[in-house]
Parts: sequence; C-alpha cells; structure tokens
Amino acid sequence: MTPLVDVENLKVVFHGDRGRIIHAVESVSFDLAPGVTLGLVGESGCGKSVTALAIMGLLPKGSAEVSGRVGFDGSNLLDLTDSAMRDLRGDRLAMIFQEPMTSLNPAYTIGEQISETLVRHRGLTRSQARARAIDLLRDVRIPSPEQRVDEYPHKLSGGMRQRAMVAMALACDPKLLIADEPTTALDVTIQAQVLELLRSLKAKTNAAIVLISHDLGVVAEICDEVAVMYAGEIVEHAPVDALFESPQHPYTIGLLASIPRLDRRVETLATVEGSLPDMSAVPQACRFAPRCPFRSEICVSRPPPVVDIGTRHWSRCVKAPLERIIA
Amino acid sequence: MSALLEVEGLSRHFVTRRSPFGRPLATVKAVDGVDLTVPAGSTLALVGETGCGKSTVGRLILRLIEPLAGDIRFEGRRILTFGEKELRAFRREAQIVFQDPYSSLNPRMTVEELIAEPLALHDIVPASRRRDRVAELLSLVGLDPRYGQRYPHEFSGGQRQRIAIARALAVEPKLIVCDEPVSALDVSIRSQVLNLLAGLRKRLSLTYVFISHDLSVIKHIADRVAVMYLGRIVETAPADELFANPRHPYTRALFSAIPIPQPHSRRQRQLLEGDIPSPLSPPTGCHLHPRCAHAIERCQLERPALIADQGGHATACHRWRELPALSGLSEQEAPGPRLERLMSEFTRKPGVGATAVAATLNSRGLNGVPDRR
Repeated sequence: MTPLVDVENLKVVFHGDRGRIIHAVESVSFDLAPGVTLGLVGESGCGKSVTALAIMGLLPKGSAEVSGRVGFDGSNLLDLTDSAMRDLRGDRLAMIFQEPMTSLNPAYTIGEQISETLVRHRGLTRSQARARAIDLLRDVRIPSPEQRVDEYPHKLSGGMRQRAMVAMALACDPKLLIADEPTTALDVTIQAQVLELLRSLKAKTNAAIVLISHDLGVVAEICDEVAVMYAGEIVEHAPVDALFESPQHPYTIGLLASIPRLDRRVETLATVEGSLPDMSAVPQACRFAPRCPFRSEICVSRPPPVVDIGTRHWSRCVKAPLERIIA
Repeated sequence: MSALLEVEGLSRHFVTRRSPFGRPLATVKAVDGVDLTVPAGSTLALVGETGCGKSTVGRLILRLIEPLAGDIRFEGRRILTFGEKELRAFRREAQIVFQDPYSSLNPRMTVEELIAEPLALHDIVPASRRRDRVAELLSLVGLDPRYGQRYPHEFSGGQRQRIAIARALAVEPKLIVCDEPVSALDVSIRSQVLNLLAGLRKRLSLTYVFISHDLSVIKHIADRVAVMYLGRIVETAPADELFANPRHPYTRALFSAIPIPQPHSRRQRQLLEGDIPSPLSPPTGCHLHPRCAHAIERCQLERPALIADQGGHATACHRWRELPALSGLSEQEAPGPRLERLMSEFTRKPGVGATAVAATLNSRGLNGVPDRR
C-alpha cells in the first residue's frame, strides 16, 4: 500500500531571542497508510506537538525553520504556499487540540463554527451547512443535536466540547487527522467515552490518524503503530503489540516501568533518573545515554544507529535488540 | 492503631449566585455528609472526578475553609472549636501540598526563604540555625542544599514539587494533605515524587490524606480508598480489597475506564452513559442513577446509606448485592514475561563502570543540564 503520509527527515529549529537556537525536532521520519492510527508518545518538551504543528504548517514562519519533507497525497506540504495550505486545512487535513475550551471560539455557536468549514471548503449554503452540522453532532453522539447546534461553547461540558471539536474536524472527511492530547483534559469516565468514539469513527472514515499523547494507556487502546519520541527524535517505532510486548529502546522500557501497576503493588516505582538534555546544544551522541542504565562508552561517543528489529519495528539504540542484555 | 483523624457528617455548601440583596439563589453541595477515619501512619486516598468534592474535603480537614456541619477530630481534639491560637498550633501538625508547583510557590522568594518561612512563623528553629535546617530539609527531599539561593522558576516541575514538600515538612507535621501532588508531572518524574512521598511517610511516620483522580497512583500509595461522586462517598474499603472487589457501579465504571498500557486488554468494560451532572442540581436519590445501568425506581427516590461490612468495606448502593460479580483489576493486567524482564533489568541499579561513564559524560558536557530546565 502506498503511504498517504510520508514524513522524511523533518527538522524544526526555533530561533529565539539573543541568537538562542532550539533544535526542537530532529530527523523525524515515519509513514502512514490510510486507516492507520499512529501514536506519537513522549514527555513534555520531546517535540511531539511541534512535529504535529510542522505537518499542519502552523508554526510561526518568523521564528521556526522547518526542513525535510512532509509528503501528503503525492505533494510536499512544506513546498505549498500559505493559501494552498489554507485550502487543505479543515478539508483534507484536520486537527483536534487538547483544550476544547480555548480552541473553540466563545463568541460563535457550535453550529456556526462547524458550518464555517463546510461553507469555506464545500461551498454549502448556510442552511445546508447547518443541517450537515446537526448530522455531524449526532455522529459524535451529542444528545439533542438540534438544540446543541445553536448553543455557545460555554454551555457545553468538557466532554461535549471535545465531541464538538471532533465533529468540526471530521466535517469535510479529512484524510489525515491529527489529534493532540484529545482526552488529556477530560475525566476518566468521559475520556473512555471519547476514546470509544474515536475508535468507532476510525473504523468508519478510513482516515489516517496521528494521536499525540503522553499516556501509554491511551495509546495502547486505540493505536495501530507507535512512535516514541525523546528530546526531539523518534527513538523507537513499532506496531502497537510489539511495543508493549518487547520494547526495544531503553527509554520506552523506562516509561513503561514508571507507570504504577494495577496488577500488583511494588515497593518502589522505577524512575528515569536525570532530566532532558539542553535542546540548544544537543550532543552528537545518544540523547538518552546520560539517563540510560544500559549505556556504555560507545553510546556517548557517537550517534546511535537505527536498528531494525522486525516488521516496521526499529530502535535508535546501539544495544538493540535488547534481549541480548537480559540473556 | 488509633485514629489520627476522624471526620463525621462533614458538609460544605457554596453559594454560586446571590440576589441583589445577598440572598442565596443557587447552592452547590460540594461536600454532603462525609465520614472518614484515618489511622495514624496510614494513607487514605480520596478519589473521584472533577467536582466530586475531594479537594474541598482536603481543605475542610485543615480548616482552610469552614464547614457547614459536621465534626472533625484530630487526635481526639475537636478542631472546629479551636480559637485562633489553637488553630495556629494545629497548623504545625497538619500541612498541605498542592497540585500545581508552578503557582503554589511565591516566585519572588528564594527556596531558602520559602522553606525558612514556616520555621520562623512557628519559631521552631532559632534564626541562627535556620539555614542548616533548610539544608537538611532540602536533602531530605532529594535536592542539593546548594540550591537554596535559587528561585522557583529555575526548577523543573518535579523539583518544585519537592520544594513544596520540604516546606510542608518544615513544621514537622503529623498529617499531610496531598492534593493531586503528581498530576501536573510527567510519568518518569511522577514516579520519583511518589517514591519520595512513600519513603518520607515511612521515615517520619507521617499520615497522608492523598487526593487524586488517578487510580493507578492510588493503588500504589493508599492503604484505604474512599471513592467520591458529587459530594458523597459512594464506596470505601482497604485499597487491596477495593481493587479486587469493586462493588459500587461507579467504582466499577472508574476502574474499567482506566486506559491500561496493554493492547487488546480483555477487560469487561462498564462505561457510564452521559456526562457528570451539574453539582448545582444533582439527581435525586442516588446521584448516579441517571448514568447507572442498574438503576431501579428506588434509586431515584431514596439516598442509599453507606453501609460497612465486617471487613470495613462500605458501599452506598441499593443493589450492589444483586449485581453480577466483576473480577477486579489485579490478575488481568500483568505485562507479558518479556516486558517484565526488560523492565526489571532497567530498574536494577547500573553495574560497575557506570560511574566511570558518568565521569566521561560530564567531561564532555553531555550530562543533560543538571536539574535545571
């Protein structure tokens, strides 16, 4: 299958005040077929959201320098003009943000905000768009959509707002949907409902989805493939089963081990000691080495190779496959 | 074990809207008849979703806000009768750690000033010895005492939370209310702070009231758990018992909603319908009935009492005895053997030679900015 999305060597450099340079994203590559959901996981500051914004062309032109290639449906998004990108966004490219309260406009009704996309991209009339908006709200299982469509965002609960965001993103049947921490601001029982919704929509639309999350539990529930990011790089990429059965990068293992367990009680939790490297002067070596219990001399003297483990499974670690360490 | 803290019939309402003459028009029953007992040296966890009243209970226990009704006893003393002087003395015995270490530390004070403030307020350590005591407290929470002269913004989230903990410990309290202390932190940092809290409890024989919405965190740290929904406790039990045999439909729904880091986890799911109702007009009878799959007419009419069995497992549900058994979370969610081995290898202390490598790292300046963001 030819991939729908083909990101190659994506690199984002921010130019800050007084000549400060931040290498936020470094050589990120992945591809994505229609109907596949990729989870992009990592902790604060690892570059997962910046990667998403770079794909969507939403980074500030003045301070962010984006290079590499974002292949989408045969063209390189990084080459497109601003107006061509505006035609794509909201139409074939859509995005859901974390905070539904700040990403919805409080001055317009839910219906007006969904209709705007339909009028802009599909040329519907106001009344056609409103009717379609009601259908969309029904699809995301908002009760009594005929009334909700005329309500303002503040009248809706957090879970409802996020559903409205999903409806808006899906208005024009996007081919690629980027969801940036879509359930992080929600309570667990509501999160479960929204995840259930995303799962069923995924089966219906055949869109490729990039789901950004810091929660490995959420990723395990709805993703097909996972890319783990650390300090601006993808350190491991794997099919979801392989990642949770036999992770091949020490950072992935550390993340999994840090989650308090539900199956039994342990005296002390595993920790990943130390902190993120300074992103303005990243070393020409493994970025995780200073925090890695498996490190050796080679890890700090040269950049780690990308090691193939299996089908669509690779790890940026010289020690992979890690089974050698256990043996 | 004697109870350090006993709470009976605790209630607190908030007026959300008043008429122009100050007459209350709308009231939220944030806490509605809560009973709790916390033995000395144990950890009681309060769990629930947004608006369930768990944080309000935490503040009421410390008398940071005043209750409408109820009784709170700390070592047998009724703290609601305390005058100003006694209340001030009580602050030495009970402290709080807040969720957001970015807003709970005064940005204009150095770490040393922040931690020395309670020492001076309560006149615990003479001025001449304060600096030493601050250094001790900093090492107690795993921070380098040399950081005393720095300001909060120079620290990462996890380190700020350590500072907040050191500040709470300064008065040598018996009880600490931890209000979502790790919710704002990344996973790997979260486990460090949880380990610290568990270690301190042991070393200093502290008692915690631990407020959280995260069940995996609670499973790790709590001895006893109270599940709250819209101002009331719906179920309370020893932690292991609760996780093995959840009885209340709400507890079961909470458990089955936790995303577990295992694809194709074969759990029975019991999702709740609809949203959390507005606490302004909670449903009649059992607050859960509009969302509960097992609700009958009685649930609409009659508030279920929280009834405990012999083992101290209490449930506020009319129907829990009739509900189908649900196996707890414990057995089903174990990771596979390969992952288990990889994780234990990761956790094992780095072998010999690690220090040598660390030295190389330092000399090359590769050791990630130590402790500063």
